[in-house]
Amino acid sequence: MQVTSSVRQPLVTGGKTYHDVTHDVSRQVEGKPSLAWFLAFLTAAGVLALGSIALIATLWEGIGMWGLNKTIGWAWDITNFVWWVGIGHAGTLISAVLLLFRQKWRTSINRAAEAMTIFAVICAAMFPVIHMGRPWLGAYWALPLPNTFGSLWVNFNSPLLWDVFAISTYFSVSLVFWYIGLIPDFATIRDRATGLRKTIYGALSFGWDGAAKTWMRYESVSLILAGLATPLVLSVHTIVSFDFATSVIPGWHTTIFPPYFVAGAIFSGFAMVLTLMIITRKVFKLEDYITMGHIELMNIVIIITGSIVGIAYITEFFIAWYSGVEAEQYAFINRATGPYWWAYWSMMTCNVISPQLFWFKKIRTSIVATFLLSLVVNIGMWFERFVIIVTSLHRDYLPSSWAMFYPTWADVGVYLFTFGLFFTLFFLFAKFFPVINMAEVKSVLKSSSEKAAK
Amino acid sequence: MERDTHFILGVYEDEDVLLHAVKEVRSTGVKIHEVYSPYPVHGLEHVLGYKRSRLPIAAFLFGMLGTSLALTMQFYMMKFDWPMIIGGKDFAAFPDFIPVSFEMTVLLAAFGMVGVFMVSSNLKPWAQPRIFDVRITDDKHVMAIDIANNSSMEVEKIKEILKSSGATEVNNKSFE
Repeated sequence: MQVTSSVRQPLVTGGKTYHDVTHDVSRQVEGKPSLAWFLAFLTAAGVLALGSIALIATLWEGIGMWGLNKTIGWAWDITNFVWWVGIGHAGTLISAVLLLFRQKWRTSINRAAEAMTIFAVICAAMFPVIHMGRPWLGAYWALPLPNTFGSLWVNFNSPLLWDVFAISTYFSVSLVFWYIGLIPDFATIRDRATGLRKTIYGALSFGWDGAAKTWMRYESVSLILAGLATPLVLSVHTIVSFDFATSVIPGWHTTIFPPYFVAGAIFSGFAMVLTLMIITRKVFKLEDYITMGHIELMNIVIIITGSIVGIAYITEFFIAWYSGVEAEQYAFINRATGPYWWAYWSMMTCNVISPQLFWFKKIRTSIVATFLLSLVVNIGMWFERFVIIVTSLHRDYLPSSWAMFYPTWADVGVYLFTFGLFFTLFFLFAKFFPVINMAEVKSVLKSSSEKAAK
Repeated sequence: MERDTHFILGVYEDEDVLLHAVKEVRSTGVKIHEVYSPYPVHGLEHVLGYKRSRLPIAAFLFGMLGTSLALTMQFYMMKFDWPMIIGGKDFAAFPDFIPVSFEMTVLLAAFGMVGVFMVSSNLKPWAQPRIFDVRITDDKHVMAIDIANNSSMEVEKIKEILKSSGATEVNNKSFE
């Protein structure tokens, strides 16, 4: 009755039945955490605790703790902000864009990728909030709240304010999308459990009963949310790039920024998904669900977006020369050959050259190579933001105020804090939530698993 | 609503068998209460004769509300309540208002639609669902038939219809 294609790879290997899917994913939630999980969790929590010293120092003393100076007013903080937001693009791209394109391989990875998105956006949002200096007053500066100054409103002409709306919308819509998908799986765990776990997962499952009418609405909601999230995910990094592109700083003031930033965001996001997935599938023994096929497809996305980013770098350079604007030309020559040449060439090597290795099938189907290259891409993308932000600022209009940026321990510490936060949240998620969307995997199982097809 | 309800349950293992079974059972005149599945089965809503969900309309209306609220807020604040010259721009700098309007459209459309979905499907943390069979969320599809709704037919006859339609088990279930 069901066609098992001899050309296409099955999405789920190992001849899994529906019950196997339930069991393989739920046992993670139900069992005692493994030693590997404990060690990983404690490491992450340790980094979080260590980083919080820098965070508290910054909040207590003010942002003078950072290495910023009067020439370079944005450096590590905004670099880290853009980097984390970029990473936060893969999850919604996988679940929304790939849903609209009917790419069924998304079903095994969308849950964890969306979780990663949510945690990455939390980490990202921390930086602008801390950079406000007095974050406890931040709501008045960021949101149009009535206040005792008149009301003097926030400035809707500012891309920084657009960012507030874009990122908070992105965060809340992604969270809702993710939670809607979790409800049926929480119900699965509820129905397998007894006692306290049944109560907790029962509340989390919102009384899900699996009725055909509810499923029909669920599908309808997923489709519309995907349709809304697709332009949303593109708009978020577009608006982040507006933070730079709408200014008049040479090196920032370019119309290529929105598509270039979006491609870069997907590029770094997929790299982070790969980093996390390769570890998760190994630790939780989910190799039959997150297969080599998944890894290869994600690597192909990395080649495409990496090449777009490469073309954008070269285009920027060409347009700077072609514009005939001396300040613009200098900004780019200074990037490649000035005091920050090492950052520029790290970016070029990590983002443009190294992903091209994925053209070789041997490399893109190798776990070790993929893992290493995913780390390289993440490093490269951090350097990209650092290069764009710091090299465009450090030699400004007056040579007498030219400066260099040196990070302080607080800069490094706050960055570490976000790493600790990200991994602590991710490990908690991986232990207490089903890491694979069981219901969606079951819905594609029949066409992809030989045993279920019989 | 009745306090005491009695159901006959047909348990199916395969989604394609289930789809045929739903058609078969409905053609005999038995009224199906609801079908429960571990995952969305495509085409099930059609064979059950459900009308298309109107949630997309709700999303559209909430989206429109978001756009109007955002534009009203921005024009009011920037043009009327406290006009300021910013970068020599017009007070009502419409192109600058597009990003926030777009984001608020998406935000209200998404939250509005999900809110309607929660209410219409009775999804809430304190909801006590009627669980017909714990295997529904694992690997079995269950067709529930309310005996009170099919009083013109013998219970045994209904059970036979379910069996012949491909049900691997036929059970009774009562709720208080």
